[in-house]
Amino acid sequence: MPREYLPILIFLAIAIAFPVAAIAAARLIRPAAPFRTKLEAYECGIKAASDSRGRYTVRFYIIAILFVIFDVETIFLFPWAVRYKQLGWFGVAEVAVFLAILAVGYVWAFKKGALEWV
Amino acid sequence: MSPFSQYYTSLDHFSIIPAVMLALFGCAVLLFDFLIFPDPRQRKWLLIFVALAEVFTGYGLYQQQAWLAVNGVAEISGFGGSVTVDGFGIFFNWIFVAAAILVAVASYKYLETAGEHHGEYYGLILFAQCGMYFLATGTDLITLFIGLELMALCFYVMVGFLRSDKRSNEAAMKYLLLGAFSSGFLVYGFSVMYGIAGSTKLAEITMAIEARPAWDPVVFLALATTAVGLLFKIAAVPFHMWAPDAYEGAPVTVTAYLAVASKAASIAFLLRLFYYGPLAPARQAWEPMLAVVAVATLTIGNLAAINQTNIKRLLAYSSISHAGYMLLGLVAGNRTGINGILVYIMVYTFMTLGAFLVVAALRRKNIIGEDLDDFAGLMRKSPGYAVLMLIFLLSLAGIPPTAGFLGKYYIFLALIQTGHYALAVVATLYVAVAIYYYFKIVRSMFTRPEAEESPLASSFGLRLALGVSGVLTLVIGIYPEPFLKLAQGSLLR
Repeated sequence: MPREYLPILIFLAIAIAFPVAAIAAARLIRPAAPFRTKLEAYECGIKAASDSRGRYTVRFYIIAILFVIFDVETIFLFPWAVRYKQLGWFGVAEVAVFLAILAVGYVWAFKKGALEWV
Repeated sequence: MSPFSQYYTSLDHFSIIPAVMLALFGCAVLLFDFLIFPDPRQRKWLLIFVALAEVFTGYGLYQQQAWLAVNGVAEISGFGGSVTVDGFGIFFNWIFVAAAILVAVASYKYLETAGEHHGEYYGLILFAQCGMYFLATGTDLITLFIGLELMALCFYVMVGFLRSDKRSNEAAMKYLLLGAFSSGFLVYGFSVMYGIAGSTKLAEITMAIEARPAWDPVVFLALATTAVGLLFKIAAVPFHMWAPDAYEGAPVTVTAYLAVASKAASIAFLLRLFYYGPLAPARQAWEPMLAVVAVATLTIGNLAAINQTNIKRLLAYSSISHAGYMLLGLVAGNRTGINGILVYIMVYTFMTLGAFLVVAALRRKNIIGEDLDDFAGLMRKSPGYAVLMLIFLLSLAGIPPTAGFLGKYYIFLALIQTGHYALAVVATLYVAVAIYYYFKIVRSMFTRPEAEESPLASSFGLRLALGVSGVLTLVIGIYPEPFLKLAQGSLLR
């Protein structure tokens, strides 16, 4: 049994050794001449105005959670769409139940004002 | 032939009917909250739907029971063995039904006083119960885990239900973080079990573990990590730290539900894995471990309760010690012991619910009512509540003729039958310790003058729930015959 795991171990060793070797080699070979402009984020939008760990409103989280729910919904719909013909009415019924439960959640969130940005 | 018959049989649907009812009515409560009862003062009428949900769930359970009896079989196996409805699962589900309806009925006045009476509360109670259904009947690791998480997620939200209360928020956060951590351990144990058997079905894992030696290190790894997750859920020492904080911060009605239903579901889960399921062959390995845990649980639970002045914390430690007694039944591990656990959990349900619901009545406008001093002079102010509390406390301490005596009796009997004399002596001694701290409350109620004049926050629902709990606590103690038969008939072997 342990022998079967040997390739994984070798793979793991190589996977760790390769980036370590690459970074070490780069550090040895490259010239080190840092200056202010060079250390700035290059072509990454405008300069940061303040610390990125500031506080922001909890509404972003609510929107994000709702987004994830509907994202997952589409992921569940894809396999059904692929097998639509074979599953027939059974598939339709199952997906209808699934969507009905999601719809309840959506109506609830809507009525509770989770989508309003006051 | 329906178009679905190649995928599911009607028996598959029959095996989950109660859970379907709970989920349906849970969704209905969420919608009807704003569709029919937009006025917050009408929200208590949502109880009609909770009651209907429990009626349909109970009818489903009754039908399943009847089906088992008519066909003379031990179980209904659904979805390829993922769900197994047997006497054991049905017994626990009756307890969940009782706990859910009693808590729901007793809640509205308390939540109105706290200013957080929302329709979601009733929805969460039903969804949590849906999770418990699968904890008691699931026989597949995935089914069990999803059931556990469904229950736990609902409880995380309910514990933090008092949004403006700092303690409630803190309790919810603590419970969430520690609960997620313990679930991680549990899933790790599950993954090892899957590694052993190559299947998530409990029956197949049992066979795979039986084929291995008793002290197999891989089995022990699965056993240890699973035990951590499960012992956390029943709040056994050393995984009990969340319980006093969560119980104290949560709304009292939620505390009652958490202490009773969540613990019963976790005990069902524990028995399913350790006694009827995959870890039963590793008995030699877990018996000494659980004996140590049980004694530690009794010690910490009882000794820490002595110094508490907050009633919710005191009852939290007392519920920890009750988990210790139930673990002792599993350590004894014969038929009497398991029967003792079932009787104990049934008795525990009503007496613990009752004690917490009396605390709920003490919460009034501007009075938190959770301190030992708030019980002062209760006998003079409202003798009905004081006498009921006395009954619940006598039962919690295990004094006849209340039901609590019966639960302890069978646990001790099982310990003596299996030769665990030392454990029996230790457990009996801790009963004496428990009497001391329970009677601190009794002394406060009966001998001291009342601290304030404002009447208790009584409501019809609360009185009904308290009355039912009180009557059952007495009836099970005085005329135990039918209840013992019920528990005995639910044993699998």
